[in-house]
Amino acid sequence: MEKFIRLTAKACPLPMPNLNTDQILPARYLKWPRSAGLGRVLFYDLRYDADGNARSDFPLNHPVWLGAKILIGGRNFGGGSSREAAVYALYDAGISCVIAPSFGDIFAQNAVKNGLLTAVLPEGDAAELAAAIAVDPDQPVSIDLEQQTISRGNRTYVFAIDPVSRNQLLNGLDDVDLTEQSRNLIIAFKSEYQKRKPWAFPAKA
Amino acid sequence: MSEQRTIFDKLWSAHEIMLREDGAALLWVDRHYIHEGSFHAFSQMKMRGRSIAEPGLTFAVADHYVPTRGRDHDITNPEIAAMVRNLETNASESRITLFGLRDPRQGIVHVVGPEQGLTLPGLLIVCGDSHTSTHGAFGAYAFGIGASEVAHVLMTQALWQKKPKRMRVNVGGKTIAGVSAKDIALAIIARIGADGAQGHAIEFAGSAIATLSMEGRMTLCNMSIEAGGRCGIVAPDETTFAYLRDRPYAPKGVAFEQAVEAWSGLVSDPSAAFDREFTLDAEAIAPIVTWGMTPDDALPIDSQVPDPERETDPVRAKYLRDALEYMGIAPGKKLTEIVIDRVFIGSCTNARIEDLRAAAVVLAGRVAKVPGLVSPGSSMVKRQAEAEGLDRIFREAGLEWADSGCSMCVGMNGDIVPSGERCASTTNRNFRGRQGPGARTHLMSPAMVAAAAISGHLADVRPLLAGRAP
Repeated sequence: MEKFIRLTAKACPLPMPNLNTDQILPARYLKWPRSAGLGRVLFYDLRYDADGNARSDFPLNHPVWLGAKILIGGRNFGGGSSREAAVYALYDAGISCVIAPSFGDIFAQNAVKNGLLTAVLPEGDAAELAAAIAVDPDQPVSIDLEQQTISRGNRTYVFAIDPVSRNQLLNGLDDVDLTEQSRNLIIAFKSEYQKRKPWAFPAKA
Repeated sequence: MSEQRTIFDKLWSAHEIMLREDGAALLWVDRHYIHEGSFHAFSQMKMRGRSIAEPGLTFAVADHYVPTRGRDHDITNPEIAAMVRNLETNASESRITLFGLRDPRQGIVHVVGPEQGLTLPGLLIVCGDSHTSTHGAFGAYAFGIGASEVAHVLMTQALWQKKPKRMRVNVGGKTIAGVSAKDIALAIIARIGADGAQGHAIEFAGSAIATLSMEGRMTLCNMSIEAGGRCGIVAPDETTFAYLRDRPYAPKGVAFEQAVEAWSGLVSDPSAAFDREFTLDAEAIAPIVTWGMTPDDALPIDSQVPDPERETDPVRAKYLRDALEYMGIAPGKKLTEIVIDRVFIGSCTNARIEDLRAAAVVLAGRVAKVPGLVSPGSSMVKRQAEAEGLDRIFREAGLEWADSGCSMCVGMNGDIVPSGERCASTTNRNFRGRQGPGARTHLMSPAMVAAAAISGHLADVRPLLAGRAP
C-alpha cells in the first residue's frame, strides 16, 4: 500500500452532512470493475442532472476546484453502505484526503486500506477552514500526518485519527503481510478454540 | 469481585488472537458471509496469488442482484447475469457453499444466515454489507466490512480491528399495539442521530427488548448501522435458543445443550461499565415514519415535517431546505397528508415471516390505493407465507408477490422506484436516490406500509387495527 505522510494540495469544501456512500458512488456503478474508471462517476447523481449535464452548483464541477486532492466534508461523511468502491471512486478521482467532523466507521476503515486519509476536524474548525478556502480557493492546504496538523497560510489545526490507521498510513502497512507473520498464532488459536467451542463450527446440514 | 464485563467485552476477548502495539487486535472470524458484491475481494485474492483459508466457514448467498420475477428463465440483463454467475464461479472455485439463485434456501443473506442456523450466539460474523449488524440479535459480534477486509478474511479467516466503545440502550416498559421493533429502532435513531453510535458497539437491553421475537431483534440490530453503530447486540435467551433448535447448521442434541450452557453466559455483568448509556420508554413510542434523506429524520406519524424558517442553525436550515426540496414536501406539512405513489415490503430489515404477517393483518380484506411490491426475505419465508395464505392477502389487496432478494431496497437488480415517485418502504435507508435515481423514500414498519398502501398517503396504522388480531 502507498504511504501517506504529508500532502499539499487544493482543497474543495463539500459542506453537506451525511454525505453517505450511496451519494459518493450510486449503487448502479457497483457492478463496474475498478478498471472501468470509477473516478468519473464519483458523486454522479449530485454532480450531474438526469440528462447527464454537469450541475453548476456542485463544487467539484467548478473550474476553480479542478485538481483538488482534498475534500472538506460535513458530519458523518461516508456513512451508510460498506461499499469500498466509494473509496476507489474518490481515490481514482485524485482525492487522497477527506477532512470532516466525523466519518462512517466502515468508510474510514476502507479508506485506510487504500491509502486515503480521513482526518477528523471539529465542526467549528472545519467550517472555518472551508470558509477561508471559499474566499481564496487557490491557496493550498498542507496536511502532515506525523504531526496530525492541517495548515493553510498562517493557520494550523490539529486533527484526530485513530493510532492504528495513522500507523498503517504512515508506514504503508499491508494487513495481509502483517497477518501472514502471525500465521502460526492463527493456527494455534483455531486448534485451541475448536476444542473449547465445538459448537462454533457449522454442524453438517 | 471479579472483573465486570459487558457482553461485547466477552465476545471481543473470546476472538482475540493477538494484540498489536498500536492497539489493533487480530480477531478470529467464525462465519464469513459473501454475496455478489464480493467480486472485488476475489480479484484482490487472485492478484496476490492466494487461496481461501477456511471454505467451510464461508457461505455465499445470491441476493443483491437477483431478479425477483421470472426466475423460470435466464436473467435477461447481461450485466446482472454476470454478477450472479461471477458469485457462482468464485464460490465453486473456492469450494464455498452457495445458496444460489435457484436454491430453495436462497434469500437475503441476513435472513438466510439465521434461518439456516449458521448465525449463532457467541460468534464473530462478518460480511461485506453494512447490515451484517442484523446477526447481533443472537448475541453475536457481527459487523459489515469493505472489500479489502473481505479479501483479508477470505485469505486468513481473521481480521484486524480496533476495539469499539460500548454503548447500552435500555428500552423499558412495553410497546403499545401497532408499534414494532422498527418503530423502536427509528425512535432510537431519531434520539441519538444517524451518527450517534459511531465507533460504538450497541447493546440493546430492557424489558421491551427481552419481549421482542427474534425477528424483531433482527430488525432492531439491523438498524444499528443507521445510528452509525459498529454493531448491535441483544443478549441471547430462551427466545434465541428456541429459534435455533433444529436449524440445519446449528448444533444438534447434546452438542446443542452444551452450546446453550455456554451461550447463557453471554450477558453483561451487573456492574459492567459502558462508555455511554441511555434509556427510552417503550410506552412513549408511537408509530414512526421518516420524512427526509437520513434515517434520523424520523417523527411520530401524528407530527408535521420541519419548517426551515423556524430553524436557527443555518447549516441545519440548509439541510432541511434541501431535504424537503428533494422529497417534494412543503415545509410544515402534516405527515398524514403526504400522498404516496407505491409501497415496498421487503429487505433484510423487515421481510421475515412476522413482518409479512404484520402487514397482512392490516391488508386482509382491503385494497391498496397504490401499486406495490412484496419481496419476502428468503425463499423459505416465501413458502411459509404461501402456506399461511399471506400471498393471497397481498395479491387480493393489489400488491405484487415476488421472489426474494435485496430488490427495491437498493435497486441493484432493476427493481427501482421511478424518479420523482414516493414510496412507503419497510427498508433501512431513505438516502437520496437509494431506491433509484430521484426516488423518494419514507421508512416505516411493515404494518405502517400496509396502512399507507390502503390509505394512499402516510397513515397511522392504529385505527386500522381495530378489531383485528395484532
